[in-house]
Amino acid sequence: MAQEAPSTGGSSRTLTMARAGREAVIAEMRKDPNIFVIGEDVAKLGGVFGTTVGMAAEFGAERVIDTPISETGFIGIATGAAMAGMRPIVEIAFVDFIGVCFNQIFNFAAKTHYMSGGQFKVPLTMMIGYGGGYNDAAQHSQCLIGTLAHVPGIRIVTPADAYDAKGLMHTCLRDDNLTIWMVHKAIWGLGWLGTAIKTAMATVPEEEYAIPFGQARIWREGTDVTLVGYGITVHHSLQAAEKLAAEGISAEVLDLRTIVPMDRDAIMKSVAKTGRLVVADEDYMNCGVTAEVLATIAERNPKILKAPAVRVANPDIPVPFSRPMENFALPDADKIVAAAKATLKAS
Amino acid sequence: MKPTPKQRIWMYESMLKSRLFDDALFEAYWEGKKPVFHMGKGPLPGEMHQSFGQEPTAVGVCAHLGPDDAVGAGHRPHHVAIARGVNLKRMAAEVFGKKTGLSGGRGGHMHLYDNNVNFFCSGIIAEGMGPGAGIALARKMQKKPGIAVAYNGDGAVNQGAFHEVMNMAALWKLPFVCVIEDNNYAVSVTTKESTVVPAWKRAAGYDCPGEYVKGNDPDLIFEAAARAVQHAREGKGPSILEIETERLHGHFIGDSAGYRSKDEVAGQKDPIPVYRKRLLDEKALTAADMETLEANVKEEVDAALKFARDSEYPAPTEALDRVYA
Ligand SMILES: Cc1ncc(C[n+]2csc(CCOP(=O)(O)OP(=O)(O)O)c2C)c(N)n1
Repeated sequence: MAQEAPSTGGSSRTLTMARAGREAVIAEMRKDPNIFVIGEDVAKLGGVFGTTVGMAAEFGAERVIDTPISETGFIGIATGAAMAGMRPIVEIAFVDFIGVCFNQIFNFAAKTHYMSGGQFKVPLTMMIGYGGGYNDAAQHSQCLIGTLAHVPGIRIVTPADAYDAKGLMHTCLRDDNLTIWMVHKAIWGLGWLGTAIKTAMATVPEEEYAIPFGQARIWREGTDVTLVGYGITVHHSLQAAEKLAAEGISAEVLDLRTIVPMDRDAIMKSVAKTGRLVVADEDYMNCGVTAEVLATIAERNPKILKAPAVRVANPDIPVPFSRPMENFALPDADKIVAAAKATLKAS
Repeated sequence: MKPTPKQRIWMYESMLKSRLFDDALFEAYWEGKKPVFHMGKGPLPGEMHQSFGQEPTAVGVCAHLGPDDAVGAGHRPHHVAIARGVNLKRMAAEVFGKKTGLSGGRGGHMHLYDNNVNFFCSGIIAEGMGPGAGIALARKMQKKPGIAVAYNGDGAVNQGAFHEVMNMAALWKLPFVCVIEDNNYAVSVTTKESTVVPAWKRAAGYDCPGEYVKGNDPDLIFEAAARAVQHAREGKGPSILEIETERLHGHFIGDSAGYRSKDEVAGQKDPIPVYRKRLLDEKALTAADMETLEANVKEEVDAALKFARDSEYPAPTEALDRVYA
């Protein structure tokens, strides 16, 4: 475990997302002694996803803390420490486990700044892995981003490549709120989950840089249809755009990058240009991120759509274990291609 | 209460079945994952937590259970499921994600359910506690016979659910046994690093019996479990039965367990050959009977694996079924 694909050295380094995120954490920890990391298997093991490899050696057991399997307890503890001037980083390896400690997050950490009238700040960053595609079944494959995004007081970033992983981590760690940095397991760059999606590796500058919240990213420009995604669905959309291009259809790929706040202007601008929209999300469809994107257009100006928008998301079923059924539940390039064609046919 | 020769033979047989089942899965797991390991490839994708070394905890307790009882297990469930008598063919098929599996391929290895023997499990730590005690509550409310047993790792005892449920189970005198399998590890974190007071001692805080069984020894586990099960059957409430055991492999297949020292790993003892030798030495069965037993177990496991491999995958759209009752 905690192994990742090798990345090339040198100044123009190609990094995995795991390495890039870790680089930001280490840089901030070197500058600020109030930052500490707490979670299961973060010290000795270096994180189930390699997010904290080497950190215990550099910062010691006081700042890189292995916990018991007591998520409610250590998130509560991190929240209290944050209220008292520390800047904790909490790792929850799989977002699914948030179920056991959600109260600490949504009833306290996310609301304390507000409920205290701004007297208490909670500068706490959570590092969380999400997503399926490797047959880990219903309790280890969820996204739950829509669930988290529903709660006021939390900022959620979902980088799709190593460059964004680093820049968004810096932003989270410098923010004075509860921030959640979430990476889809399949693009993290872990050996044991494969590195098939090469587009998630990126050239990452050695120096620090921060990517602001609420700025979407256009990965590919196009004129016929906008493909909106985040995390892994950006990569599915890029593949879909290639396939569509081969058939003479020009797709624009828009990466939301941060879910809360959401760059609604970027969505409007792109769809105003293309007139067609497909939103792809691995999360559950009902009341989720896909709905929020569509609501943006419905509220601001539905007339920019030349055809009904199409959502590609989990059809509201627990993620099944068996491969054919899981594949049915997951978004992929072909489903996005079919959705894009449907928008073109409808207009 | 000591196990009868028949019970001891059953315990050996069940441990061996679990072991051969895990051996076969281990081999199958690597298909499609070499030379480059990728958890999502091959006929057995996903995380795979096996029971190598922990077989005694399953048999020593389940030997006391009857059809009215219920068992909840965790993310490492194979040995418990087998000792509980979960249908081996359908369990194998479930682990392979086949239509003939216990849940038609929806659950997988961490989510084995067999209603015929009141067995369930969950991949979320300590999740056997609440639902386990809940089944015990139902038995009590419906004035039906039967107790519930929840299996947890040593790592689970610091989960809120452990404490909350133990308190209620004791408060309401539920027919419930909380089993802790102490393999000294929760992934990389040792019991010492996570736990101030072990679970069995905490039993005092719930005013219920707590016992620690050393040695990973089926006979000793059997004796201790007899007390806990009897306590529950007599309506006296729950107990905590903590069992010293060994995790002979990594946390899951693919974990090289680099956080353990070489000496520690070299010092680990496999409980199955030890028990086998004891049964033969004490003449619980003859060498010839042993040979027959082992051949039969192997045949049963092979047949289960063959059934799983030969079965069809579910159709993709079956994913939509069973979301609601
Ligand atoms: C609530 C929750 N937190 C974290 C995990 C991740 N996890 C899976 S197994 C495991 C270690 C469990 O250790 P233990 O209970 O001792 O059982 P063992 O693996 O040793 O059999 C952890 C942390 C989880 N499944 N559920």
